[in-house]
Amino acid sequence: MTEKASGITEPQPRGAVIRGNHPVDQSEAAGRFMAAPIHQKMHDARLWDLRQKRDAEMHIIPEWEDLRQLASDIKQHTLTHLDQYLEQFETNAKVNGIHVHWAKDGQEHNSIVLEILKKHGAKKLIKSKSMLTEECDFRHSMAENGISVIETDLGERIQQLDGEMPSHVVVPAVHKLRSDVAQVFSKTLGTDPDNDDVHYLTEQQRETTRPLILDADAGMTGCNFAVAETGTVVVCTNEGNADLSANTPPLHIVSMGIEKVIPRLDDLPVFVRMLSRSALGSPITQYTSHFRGPRKGGEMHIVLVDNGRTTRLGMEKFWTSLKCIRCGACMNTCPVFRRSGGLSYGATYAGPIGLILDPTFNKHKYRNLPFASTMNGSCTNVCPVKINIHEQIADWRKELASVGEIPFAKKAMMKAAGEILASPKLYRAGLPLANSTLRHLPRFMLYNRLNTWGRGREMPHAPRETFHQWYARNRAGKKKDVSE
Amino acid sequence: MSSRDAIFEAIRRNRPAGDFPHPVVPLFDDAPPQDLRPQFIQTLQRMGGKLSEPRNGDPFADLKDMQAQNPGKILSVVPEFQGDTSLEDNTLPADLADVEIGVVRAAFGVAETGSVCFTDRLLKINTLGYLPQHLFVLLDPAKIVFNLHNAYKQPEFREGHYAVFHTGPSATADIEGVLIRGAQGVRSLNVIFMPG
Amino acid sequence: MKVGLFVPCYVDMLHPEVGVATLELLERFGLDVEYPQDQTCCGQPMVNTGCEKEAAATEALFVRNFEQYDYVVMPSGSCTNQVRNNMTAVEQTDAVKHVRSRTYELVEFLHDVLKVEEFPWAEFPHKVALHNNCNTLRNLRIASMTERREEFFSKPIDLLSKVRGLEIVKLSRPDECCGFGGTFSVFEEGISAKMGHDKAMDQQASGAQYVTSSDGSCLLHQEGCARRAGTDVKYIHIAQILNGARA
Repeated sequence: MTEKASGITEPQPRGAVIRGNHPVDQSEAAGRFMAAPIHQKMHDARLWDLRQKRDAEMHIIPEWEDLRQLASDIKQHTLTHLDQYLEQFETNAKVNGIHVHWAKDGQEHNSIVLEILKKHGAKKLIKSKSMLTEECDFRHSMAENGISVIETDLGERIQQLDGEMPSHVVVPAVHKLRSDVAQVFSKTLGTDPDNDDVHYLTEQQRETTRPLILDADAGMTGCNFAVAETGTVVVCTNEGNADLSANTPPLHIVSMGIEKVIPRLDDLPVFVRMLSRSALGSPITQYTSHFRGPRKGGEMHIVLVDNGRTTRLGMEKFWTSLKCIRCGACMNTCPVFRRSGGLSYGATYAGPIGLILDPTFNKHKYRNLPFASTMNGSCTNVCPVKINIHEQIADWRKELASVGEIPFAKKAMMKAAGEILASPKLYRAGLPLANSTLRHLPRFMLYNRLNTWGRGREMPHAPRETFHQWYARNRAGKKKDVSE
Repeated sequence: MSSRDAIFEAIRRNRPAGDFPHPVVPLFDDAPPQDLRPQFIQTLQRMGGKLSEPRNGDPFADLKDMQAQNPGKILSVVPEFQGDTSLEDNTLPADLADVEIGVVRAAFGVAETGSVCFTDRLLKINTLGYLPQHLFVLLDPAKIVFNLHNAYKQPEFREGHYAVFHTGPSATADIEGVLIRGAQGVRSLNVIFMPG
Repeated sequence: MKVGLFVPCYVDMLHPEVGVATLELLERFGLDVEYPQDQTCCGQPMVNTGCEKEAAATEALFVRNFEQYDYVVMPSGSCTNQVRNNMTAVEQTDAVKHVRSRTYELVEFLHDVLKVEEFPWAEFPHKVALHNNCNTLRNLRIASMTERREEFFSKPIDLLSKVRGLEIVKLSRPDECCGFGGTFSVFEEGISAKMGHDKAMDQQASGAQYVTSSDGSCLLHQEGCARRAGTDVKYIHIAQILNGARA
């Protein structure tokens, strides 16, 4: 070991076990994350720090709550006039010399990109972070077709080299300790395995990625916002890697979800002012880039992707989730996310926003996710576009229950509870359950063979009598019944 | 049916009912300070940028110091400072990889965020903003706007094909939240106030 | 003013003294308070789990128990939130609408309806940390929340400030959920307990001798976690403090 080593040897807990279409068990993976206390503690502290920095920025901006309302209103207006603004965006982008493509799903997105690359004889693609390309499983698809894809965002690059999904939409490797990164880099980039100094690791990535950037045939970026009136694609990064990806090779391809469009330039500052403040607690990302057309001698393409968005638009209770600008503030504030790690969700989108987005892709596979929440509502109130996340989590539970996507035992338990709680006689008769260690617990905690309450908590002491009995003894004259 | 048509058809079919008017966005600039420089400088520095002030009457003193410490090419695309290399007609974006210091003029600055705005016209080659190790930026202090609402009223966003806000140098905190300046792009961004 | 008292199931069974304190406190203000004996539950466990249909009969029973009162008061913001904002499984008759709009959590009832100015009988010479249940905080808006840019307000602190000798201490994460979450505490036991332990440690570090809340459910969970974690902070419902408990 060198003096640069942190000395931490706790192995990184891995994410949820994925078994085809089988429902993801978030709590199992969360349990393993919590069993790695150094990782869990760093993760919680790091994200809570982001939340506090976000709060500090909020207090600097007197019009903060006005901005949230404006952002929500602009997004709702755009989403309800989406055809009109997409047409306007397409027209203006084309006037500026951009090639515009449309993809129904991830597969079509990948084949459109592949076609463009083939036409240019491009084999080496550099890209900046994009959650949409994660949805499309883009890197695997390109690898199968002989295209080398290099992620240029540090966190995303770490995840690529480690063969993991991003665990957070803004800080993809936030679940990793420096010692984990040192291991990954030593295996893949040949760095010193005993040196986990963060400056060293970051510099190694810079030095190894730069030749790949200079040598690339094509660059790909995501899109944070697209302005209909000017045909502009806006990309926000802190490393400048989107600009390197877009500006160095002769070909720039933008992957863009159709919900990213906003009407006017005047609307844009509302979002730019809140994006990084909400995400990282900084006033703006180091780079906010506006691409309105190809540069001289270059070529620019935009692939507009649906991939389930138009279906979501038609979901009465869930369409406003399309307002999301992927800032990650809901993840940073979520007490469940901070303790379980983003990979425990086993889906493209983790945390509160993931709980309401993932089931729109697959109700069966992600049926447990809406239950990975206390519905405390913190997410809703940090959301810069005012998505009622915790209410949608509750609505997803109802939706899943109504289509039979909750476990049979849970459903049976609730049915029994509902019948007993609807009958004062059955309810009182069931109390207390003699000679059971569980006899003092509320009914809804009892319908469980295992003593899950007592695993991490002491049992409460049993009182001599219930309130019900006390009242009968002390206020007998006031007895009030209704017939069943 | 083409995918484009299918998507538009689905949007029209699934469009949520209800009236959702387009709000008017205020400028939120009721009481800007007379002198926007102090706020600009403060935020710039917070974001890791530097204000490069003249020494002994030389506005480029810091630049020359840096040149002495980091020998390498200086590429200037401003008339106020002469670099030691220049752009040719056939210079490719990747060719700027060996530039040590880039010198460029900003279209304007933003006090709220400490940002400077570049365009493809000002950068000449866009990678000038990213491939050099260090960037020196000339900014006319009269061209600082109060906030981002004012910024997006500037003509730069309706002209040309590229406009970008730089706010300090390239940065990352992707490993355990440790802030590192100079992640992929420039390691330092230095602003020189100079009318122009 | 006729007031119906609702005593949540876990208070009835585990902390009857909270029910007693709530009743006695309301009686101190000369109110005609009744406890309908056929009450069971507000329906929240089923609704919380997504099983809305299974909650309908329980909700209907709740309404039958309370429809004849001017106000329904309960020492739980979580149950109040269920009745006021989520009791939609049952058909929305006039009686249902009446009950839903007249249901109050104890603190907001004292603060907003009775507008209580003083609690001359109350004295609690201890350092106290306040815990707001998340439903009570963010759905009933009993206090300002740190997530929003808004003026500070807190109905429970307004009331507690009228108690002699009581000193409020601050937590490092005052709004952080304690992990109870209703059925979450059982179905997602591991994370729930972890959150509860973290909360208990924050409370211990704050120097608080007592933690109080207008929600017994959070307290029940927190106390269980605190005892397991081995801290010595005590837990007491706000109704007991306002009713004059000394310890």
